Parts: sequence; structure tokens; C-alpha cells
Amino acid sequence: MNKRILGALAATAMIAGMFAGCSSSDSGKGTVTTDGSTSMQEVIGSLGEVFQEKNSGITVTYNPTGSSAGVKAVQEGRCDIGLASRSLKDEEKQSGLISTTLAYDGIAIVVNPENPVSDLDLDTIAKIYKGEITNWKDVGGKDAEIVLIGREAGSGTRDGFESITDTKDACKYRQELTSTGDVIATVSQNPDAIGYASMSAVKDNIKALTIGGVALSEAAVKDGSYVVQRPFELITKKDTKLSDEAQKFFDYITSADASEVIASAGVVPVK
Amino acid sequence: MKKNRLIENIVHGIFLLLGLITVGCVLIITIYLVISGIPAIREIGLVPFLFGKTWASTSAQPLYGILPFILTSIYGTAGAILLGVPIGFLTAVYLSKVAPPKIKSVMETAVSLMAGIPSVVYGLIGMMVLVPGIRSLFRIPDGASLLAAIIVLAIMILPSIIKVSMTALDAVPKEYEDASLALGATPIETYFRVSVPAAKSGISAAVVLGVGRAIGEAMAIMMVAGNAPNMPSLFQSVRFLTTAVASEMAYSSGLQQQALFSIALVLFLFIMLINATLNFFLKRSKEV
Repeated sequence: MNKRILGALAATAMIAGMFAGCSSSDSGKGTVTTDGSTSMQEVIGSLGEVFQEKNSGITVTYNPTGSSAGVKAVQEGRCDIGLASRSLKDEEKQSGLISTTLAYDGIAIVVNPENPVSDLDLDTIAKIYKGEITNWKDVGGKDAEIVLIGREAGSGTRDGFESITDTKDACKYRQELTSTGDVIATVSQNPDAIGYASMSAVKDNIKALTIGGVALSEAAVKDGSYVVQRPFELITKKDTKLSDEAQKFFDYITSADASEVIASAGVVPVK
Repeated sequence: MKKNRLIENIVHGIFLLLGLITVGCVLIITIYLVISGIPAIREIGLVPFLFGKTWASTSAQPLYGILPFILTSIYGTAGAILLGVPIGFLTAVYLSKVAPPKIKSVMETAVSLMAGIPSVVYGLIGMMVLVPGIRSLFRIPDGASLLAAIIVLAIMILPSIIKVSMTALDAVPKEYEDASLALGATPIETYFRVSVPAAKSGISAAVVLGVGRAIGEAMAIMMVAGNAPNMPSLFQSVRFLTTAVASEMAYSSGLQQQALFSIALVLFLFIMLINATLNFFLKRSKEV
């Protein structure tokens, strides 16, 4: 009996020791809080990482809530920099917010290289994804059912594609895949498939369509002639100054130094 | 003497601690799942959640009905059992009773190896070979379907079915078979009329284990099933309970995320039920 009690005591002591062992110890010089678009997760994530490496002590946080929630968070002063993957609406601008374009996100519309179709316009793409056009022969291809490949609900690329083509909640996906790589692999396997992916993922095993005659390239995204694209905006208040740390982060990510990091996240930097 | 007792007690304490860690993990997981799974069910309502036919978690009017996932998981598992059990069971009979020692050792190694292949590899091969194969064989626009998932699952549950069935068959006392043979039955008659009935409970346990493995698999089927939240149909793209959680977790927030926890809770209850069944069979096979 005695033995058992002693054993139990030893066990509790050890567990208590384990819990006492982990205490937080990261209170640096300051924090920069960002809040908003889930599509910007990757670009802000890598920018934050590089920034933190150069400025030890400053922590960059990111809260993935969605563009509109991010705009609201800045308005209410709940974060330093808001992130929106769309332009500001007029009423948002009137409420004293300004936006600075960080990058452009071009989305490639991809098909199998065997597919004879090589050009579609935005309207046709929307009709295809809404299920109004279901056969490739209606858009100049061979007689075969169109297989719609998309991303999972909540994905930034899906959000981007659906908001650009105005097909929100209306897409009749055959497959909802969880990564860009899966989309590319599936489209490269199926001659009747069409999919969308971030422009950095386009390789030889798939074919990126030209949209209304304009081929996907960094230049075409920058000058706006390639229409399946959207801006990544940084939202700040017009008459409130950023904290020193936030200003430092803002200056860094909008400088030319950051463009390499931005490009590696798969989007087109402004500078 | 006293020193010995002290060491004895300390060691005892360490063992107890290790045991507590295991039990603690199970408890924490269970409690966490229940706590985080209940709120969404409460908000959505149990009936609309379990029996709703539409899952549209990010639309303007979100709908959280998981009936398609539940049915897909049940159909998929049933299909895998239907395909996998006959193959696995007959392989086990062959390996345990018929096969010459050399072939037996080679095949047993192969089965063990199969058990060790990571599920992502099954998924990858399924995605690259099986899905295009189904597409061209059945002349359907896209091969990612319930059928592809069933085939992958059937292959994945083979090793556990074969191994557990073999253990049960090997444990049948030799006297039973000798008696049957002495009475003039042929070897095949003996295996199916004497050995298999004697190993019945163990074989049932193997099947239940297969069910458990099939219903809990996520990675491999996520790569071949297409993941569209349709009601299940053999050649349609479908989403399982497991893949529903896995595919949307990364970017989810708010009620959507809570609903994913609720799905996990439903899955957890399914697996608990299967485990209870397994225990029942295992206990019976011990008693026999």
C-alpha cells in the first residue's frame, strides 16, 4: 500500500515538473500586427520571416481573417497593417483609409497540353465554371466533357479566382484539391481538365491559356492587360502614424529589397 | 534492504508515470474533441448537421450538412471490405495452411512490407496510375471517384486482414485438422470446414480491424477521391469524413473550423464503435 502511494507521489511530482518547465519567454522589442486576406498568407509569412531575421526583437504577427475583416481591423485600430486582396471600396476610402499596392496576384488558367483550346475570355471561363458550358466543343475543342478542377473552400487561390470571374459559390467543381501541386498533377493527367493555379506554378507539363489573347506574364499582370489578377493591398489609416516597428516593416516590404521575397511567394512585386 | 525498497518504489513510479502519459493522451484528445466539437453542432443543430445534404462552408449562406461525408465513409469502407476481405482471407488460408515454406516466407515478407508503405505512397500511385486508368477503362470524364478510393482502401487494409487472420488460423490446434483428415476429409475440406470455423472470432477481428483502418484513412483517399462534397456514387468525386477535416482545416476559421471539429468528433465516435466491436470479438476469441 505504502509503495503505491509513494509511486503515485513520484508520478505527480514528475508531471508537475514537466508543466513547470514550459514558460513563455518571448517578449522582444515590439510587435507588428497584420490582419486580413487569407490569400496573402504566403507572401506576408515569408516577408515577416525575412524581416524578423534582420530585426531581432520585432515580431510580425498575421491573423488570417479575410480581406474585409482586415480592413475593418485597421479601421477599429485592432491591427497595424490591414491586408486586402482587392482594391478598397469607395466608402472604405472615405472613412480615412489608404491602400498601398504590395504586389499583383496573377492566376493561371491551365489545361492539359493535348487540349487544342489555347485561348478563352473571362466570360467564357466563368460560364464553364458555373456549368453553363460543359463540353469542350462549344469553345473550339474536341467533343469531350469539361472536367472542372478547383481548390478547397477557404483557399486563397479559389477565393481569388472566384472573385475575379464573379463565380462565388456557383462553381460546379468535379474535384476540389488541397494544393497547387495537386491541381497541376491532375490537369497534366487528364486531357479534358481545366484548372487554376498561382502563376508561379506553371510548368511544361500543363498549358496556361491566354485570356482574351493576352498571355500570362509578369509584365502583362503588372500593366493590367492580363485580367485574371488582383492586387494585394496594404491598408493603413491616413492620419494615424504607424508605430516605429510597423513603419519599419512597412518600409521594408514596400522597398525594392523585398521584391525578391515577394516574387518567391509566387506573386508579382510592384517594384 | 531499505535502499532496495526505495529503488523499487522509484522504478514503480516511473512506470506509473509512463502509463499515465498514455492514458492522459487519450483523455486529453477525447475531452478536447468533445469540447471543441459540441459548439458547432449546437449552433447548426444536430439534425441539419448530421442529415443535411449540402456542405458549402464558405458560401454567403453557409450550409454545414455532413450526410454526404458520413455516407461516403460508410460506402467507401463497405466497398473496401467487400473487395479486400475475400482476397485477404483467402491469402491468409493459403499462407497458413497450403503454401510451401519457401513461398510462405517470401509472401509473408511481402505482406509485412506492404503494411509498412506510407499511405501517401498509396495515394500517389493511385493518383498517377489508378485514376487515369479508371478514366480510360470506364470512359468517364474524370477517374477521381469513390471507386478509386475503394480500390486504394482495399489494398491498404490487406496486410492487417492477412496478418490477423493468419495468426488466428495458425492458432487452431493441429489435432482438429488431424482428426478431420483421419476421418477422410480432403485437406481443402478440412481447412474450410474445420480450421476456418475454429478461427472464426480471430477472422472477424481481422475484418473489424480492416474497417477501422479504412474508415480512418485520410491521406491516400484525399489524393484519389476528388473531394467534391457530393452524395456518394461510384463514379462521382466524393469526400470522406476524414478528408473533409483534412482538406479544409488549413484555411478555415470561425464556425467553419468548429464544424470541422464536429466532423472529427463524429469520426471519433465511429471509430470508438468499431473498437468496441473489435474488443468484443477479441474477447470471444480468447474465451473459445
